[in-house]
Amino acid sequence: MKMKSQKDFFSGLLFMGVGIAFAVGSTTYKVGVADNMGPGYFPLLLGILMALLGIAITVQALVLETREGDRIGRWAWKPLFYVLGANLAFGVLLSGLPGIGLPASGMVAAIYALTFIASLAARKFNYLHVFILATVLSAVSYLAFVMLLKSQIPIWPVLITG
Amino acid sequence: MDLVSNLALGFDVAVTPANLVYAFAGCFLGTLIGVLPGIGPVTTIAMLLPVTFALPPESALIMLAGLYYGAQYGGSTTSILVNLPGEPSAVVTCIDGYQMARQGRAGPALTAAALGSFFAGSVGVLILAAFALPLTEVAFKFGPAEYFSLMVLGLIAAVVLASGSLLKAIAMIVMGLLLGSVGTDVNSGVPRFSFDIPELTDGIGFVVIAMGIFGYGEIVHNLEQEEGKREVFTKKVHGLFPTRKDFMAMTPAVLRGTAVGSMLGVLPGGGALLGAFAAYALEKKVKMTPGEIPFGKGNIRGVASPESANNAGAQTSFIPLLTLGIPPNAVMALMVGAMTIHNIQPGPQVMTANPGLFWGLIVSMWIGNLMLVILNLPLIGIWIRLLTVPYRFLFPAIVLFCAIGVYSTNNNPFDIWMVGLFGFIGYLFIKLGCEPAPLLLGFILGPMMEETLRRALLISGGDWWKAFVARPLSATLLSVAALMLVIMLLPAIRKKRKEAFVEE
Repeated sequence: MKMKSQKDFFSGLLFMGVGIAFAVGSTTYKVGVADNMGPGYFPLLLGILMALLGIAITVQALVLETREGDRIGRWAWKPLFYVLGANLAFGVLLSGLPGIGLPASGMVAAIYALTFIASLAARKFNYLHVFILATVLSAVSYLAFVMLLKSQIPIWPVLITG
Repeated sequence: MDLVSNLALGFDVAVTPANLVYAFAGCFLGTLIGVLPGIGPVTTIAMLLPVTFALPPESALIMLAGLYYGAQYGGSTTSILVNLPGEPSAVVTCIDGYQMARQGRAGPALTAAALGSFFAGSVGVLILAAFALPLTEVAFKFGPAEYFSLMVLGLIAAVVLASGSLLKAIAMIVMGLLLGSVGTDVNSGVPRFSFDIPELTDGIGFVVIAMGIFGYGEIVHNLEQEEGKREVFTKKVHGLFPTRKDFMAMTPAVLRGTAVGSMLGVLPGGGALLGAFAAYALEKKVKMTPGEIPFGKGNIRGVASPESANNAGAQTSFIPLLTLGIPPNAVMALMVGAMTIHNIQPGPQVMTANPGLFWGLIVSMWIGNLMLVILNLPLIGIWIRLLTVPYRFLFPAIVLFCAIGVYSTNNNPFDIWMVGLFGFIGYLFIKLGCEPAPLLLGFILGPMMEETLRRALLISGGDWWKAFVARPLSATLLSVAALMLVIMLLPAIRKKRKEAFVEE
């Protein structure tokens, strides 16, 4: 049997997998009966429903004709990597990683890191532009979150502030 | 209490200096975001939600509402000048609006869009005010079974009226419902699917999901596409005012667009998007006057009507939210989240328990619409300049405001990791062609559905039939939902539906 829609085939598998995972997970809680529902009742019901939908979508993907096989296409690994990497670096620098003894570097350092890493995802990269952007964003964030909203965000590295 | 005294109360709340400032801030930011292509209203609202947590609830909701309809206005500017929809509901505006801009008539097109939107917005607000009271009274008669069935109907209607694969959309709803079940079960106190992570026992934050899936996912998707050559008609905007002939053509179009948009806005899944499509389709069917420019070649009716419709729909989509507590689209789902954070349970009781908030919000919408005309017409030059900002400067800023915003809600880096995770999931969904809006609706409604299901079955002694089908109102709601599904699965209609969402 040939796949008629690649996107639907894999979505179907995804839904099936997640549905089964939730359904199996639900049974570790008390399921109960209809007039006395336990914490596992609703998720079990939904997990089964989702697995069934997943099966239907997969079957449909094998049967129904689509234009050019509805292919998933290339993954944009580079933007994905840099955008998520920027997010990760921001979190690590902002509050540190107590688990490995890394102290917090604060908001300003985190913003510069985020801006530089995220900008690598774009096709054009200009150090000066990115530096200016990071500086502007730091100023705006300081104004909005620290001055106006008075968020408890560490601003400078712990090493400096003590 | 009659309408006049209610509106008077609303004016008292909305016309305080602070709330006027927040309404203005919302409209301003909304327009800004609407103008910028590549960031939709869902991302914007998610991004700015943490900012509103510190505000009093009235101000927070006034600002968020301003963001939403501000984005509807701003989207039209981008459509007309760049041929890129600033947000999805402005897709059809591109067709004739851009052609007008190419012929040097960007000014009249922008004015038609702004004035049409203002008129439609005002009508939408009036409809909202008039229908709120009677609908709320109906809602008070609802038991848990009716509520459950209503939510089923709402969710089904939301996916039936949206574009894309029906089965996948339903699966996305279920996925949302399941994600909503993560965290401590309110009834038994058992933490579900939390893997002993303390942060997960509180459940997944809806801000985290919205930012990750709609914010990061979209950014990666935008970056993978070639940056197309845009021709921005920035210097050619002169002479804002339409001619007499333009006015003659656009006035009936605005009226028709408003009517279509108001009606479709109330429907789940409708909101602003569907209204704009339907209004354009209707306009094309209306008989042409002799010598009129054909559609697709720069007809002013093709701008005025869908723009009126999307703004009317943006207002009336608040009706199901404020009266029944059921969000008809993803933006309204975020509003539910915002209300919950301020300890306001959305639903009919809002009007009785917080009349100031309810009517204040409604009045602020009208004031906001007025502000938007001022923001959009005389200040058009500023927005045009914004269009020249390249995306490579915009997206790092969006990533930053998501990350810092989500951190500031709990001061916990765990939320930042979660946004990253949902960013990956969001991109996966885009790659697999799964529309994420239904997931957000399911996520917001999940806990409410579980609770109403539990109560309905408890009352009926565990009998599903007695709980939902033996009650006439609930049975009606469920049969409408079933009917919609059956109709949509018929091959002939499926084909039609596909065509309806593909405009030339």
